[in-house]
Amino acid sequence: MALSFLTLTRGRGRFDLADWLTWAYLVLALLLMFGPVLWVAMSSFKTEAALQEYPPTFLPLAPQTATVEGYDEPLQLFRVTAGEHEGKVLAQIRRVGLMSQMVDPADPSQKFQVNINDRVPEREFALATENYSVLFERFNFGLYFWNSVFITVVATIITVLFNSMAAFALSKYKFRGRTLVFVLIVATLMIPPTVNLVPIYLVVSQIGLVNSPWGVIWPAVATPTGVFLLRQYMLTIPDDLLDAARMDHASEWKVYWRIVLPLSAPALAVLVIFSVMWRWNEFLWPLIVLNRSEQFTLQLALNSFQGDLQTSWAPLLAMTVLTLLPITLVFAVLQKYITTGIAQSGVK
Amino acid sequence: MLATVMTAPSWLVSAAFGLFERPMLALQKMTGAQRIAWVFLLPNLVIFSAFTFLPIALNGIYATTGSDRILLGERPFVGVENFASLLACDNYLQPNSCERDIFWRAVHNTGYFVVVQVGLMVLFSLLTALILNRNIPLRGFFRGVFFYPVLLSPVVVALIWKWILQRFGVLNAGLEGLGMPTVNWAHMGFYTLILLAGLQAIPADVYEAAEMDGASRWRVFSRITMPLLVPTMVVVVVLSLIRAVQAFDEIFVLTGGGPGSATLLLLQYIYETGFAFRPQLFGVAAAASMLMAAVLLVLTLIQLRAARSRAEG
Repeated sequence: MALSFLTLTRGRGRFDLADWLTWAYLVLALLLMFGPVLWVAMSSFKTEAALQEYPPTFLPLAPQTATVEGYDEPLQLFRVTAGEHEGKVLAQIRRVGLMSQMVDPADPSQKFQVNINDRVPEREFALATENYSVLFERFNFGLYFWNSVFITVVATIITVLFNSMAAFALSKYKFRGRTLVFVLIVATLMIPPTVNLVPIYLVVSQIGLVNSPWGVIWPAVATPTGVFLLRQYMLTIPDDLLDAARMDHASEWKVYWRIVLPLSAPALAVLVIFSVMWRWNEFLWPLIVLNRSEQFTLQLALNSFQGDLQTSWAPLLAMTVLTLLPITLVFAVLQKYITTGIAQSGVK
Repeated sequence: MLATVMTAPSWLVSAAFGLFERPMLALQKMTGAQRIAWVFLLPNLVIFSAFTFLPIALNGIYATTGSDRILLGERPFVGVENFASLLACDNYLQPNSCERDIFWRAVHNTGYFVVVQVGLMVLFSLLTALILNRNIPLRGFFRGVFFYPVLLSPVVVALIWKWILQRFGVLNAGLEGLGMPTVNWAHMGFYTLILLAGLQAIPADVYEAAEMDGASRWRVFSRITMPLLVPTMVVVVVLSLIRAVQAFDEIFVLTGGGPGSATLLLLQYIYETGFAFRPQLFGVAAAASMLMAAVLLVLTLIQLRAARSRAEG
């Protein structure tokens, strides 16, 4: 039985054990896949003190305080859980050993002694937005964000332009060496950049691109995946269309960008999504090329902050949320295109 | 929807492409309408040559030369010394007996990581794909649920799990064990998607015929679903193998390779030997890269074969 529920491809009208197991799995998966991200998002709005609290809460809660007549500072509120004042909400004046001196905010004249084990802090929902503002004030977040956006946008534009030009040449012209060039490009899919780190670094450093965003952009733009994807798509565009345009004296460049590019929009969209994802998330190559913190991308900044023991979790979590936000938004809007695009091309 | 997003700043795009109109026309008059293809190929080929073809050729030169200089002219030829030092070992099962013990520790860790990680990955993504292939409502939504972490950056993924672990007070105890579940969590959706496409390619009439014959569910699964899914499974296994051999980002951010070198993987060894540590042993890093490339090449050739048999079958 354990495995047999997997074999069904269609439900049969009744809700049997197989369906129960399926839904249990899906609900568990929902919690496991979204839960951690959601919890980090919630935690990013907690104060540093609330982040240390045990057991952890899901919602960002902050201790509630009240201004009581006769006291300059706001006092923290507690709910008394045992003893003669059980059920009351009192404000704490000070703590003396195991006893807490408390006062009723409504009637400040009377003071009570309450055992600290007999009271729990009153908490309210409060967003510690300072975790986010501090990123801009102290952590240079704007700069890292800009570096990441610059690399992602520029690299994606160049990738789409260069790859589509190459794909156009490889799919719409007959010339000597065409097959050789295509095979050479596709063959490099077998040799990922990770095995050529040292010589790529030599080239980048010789052009003087170490510690420059262009040192991340240029090595990444001539993707074999993109050329392959676009070429396969452009092969399906009928040549008659191109010839008709040429009859009307359109230049080859015009044929490329007025006819072939617009007709390749679905494949271009897939490449745009891939490229944005690749460049925004890239880690190892920027880590090698960008050594000065003012050039860091968000990923590098996150990594260097988490390694720094001086950094507290509150701003780090806020930064994590801001880093995953753009990709999450893209995903929410384009989910269908992304999943079908990847399922069809088998790359990521 | 997507088309609107992409064509929204169309006047800008038109203006940008229009700029090239005249120079390209002039070029076309020089080359003729056929050889203009090379002009279209050129930008991509230049970048490709500089950052892919040339490095592939240079890697071997680095691997056979020594010293910590990056310029090739300043590097003395040392023959197979870099490879020899990496492979010098009394007993390959005991990294301590090797000249470059950290390299062998990394090889061991990577081997262990690859085997366990790929096993878990295939198991869970197969289970998930089978479940998503059932006739459930909201299938598209659930497919998205599993796929969402695939898009997140490895650094973010690592930080999310590091935070959860530290929050429940098991940071020091559990960090080493966390690497694999984290990688699985992040990438499972990708393989699920491929397997789901494979499952949906199985024609429905095969199932209908089995149902008419009164075949049990287990029999349908073992005699129809699995055999027809094998080519897709091979693709998934090899793809996840290729990725696992090059694993770096998540583990590096989570553990930094520690404690000690308990979670140090091959790519981190290459990164540290060639770039992070001084002196920068480019030759050793390149030699280690080439050993890794050899493994990847074999795996990719298997994948190509599998992909071909999938396309034919």
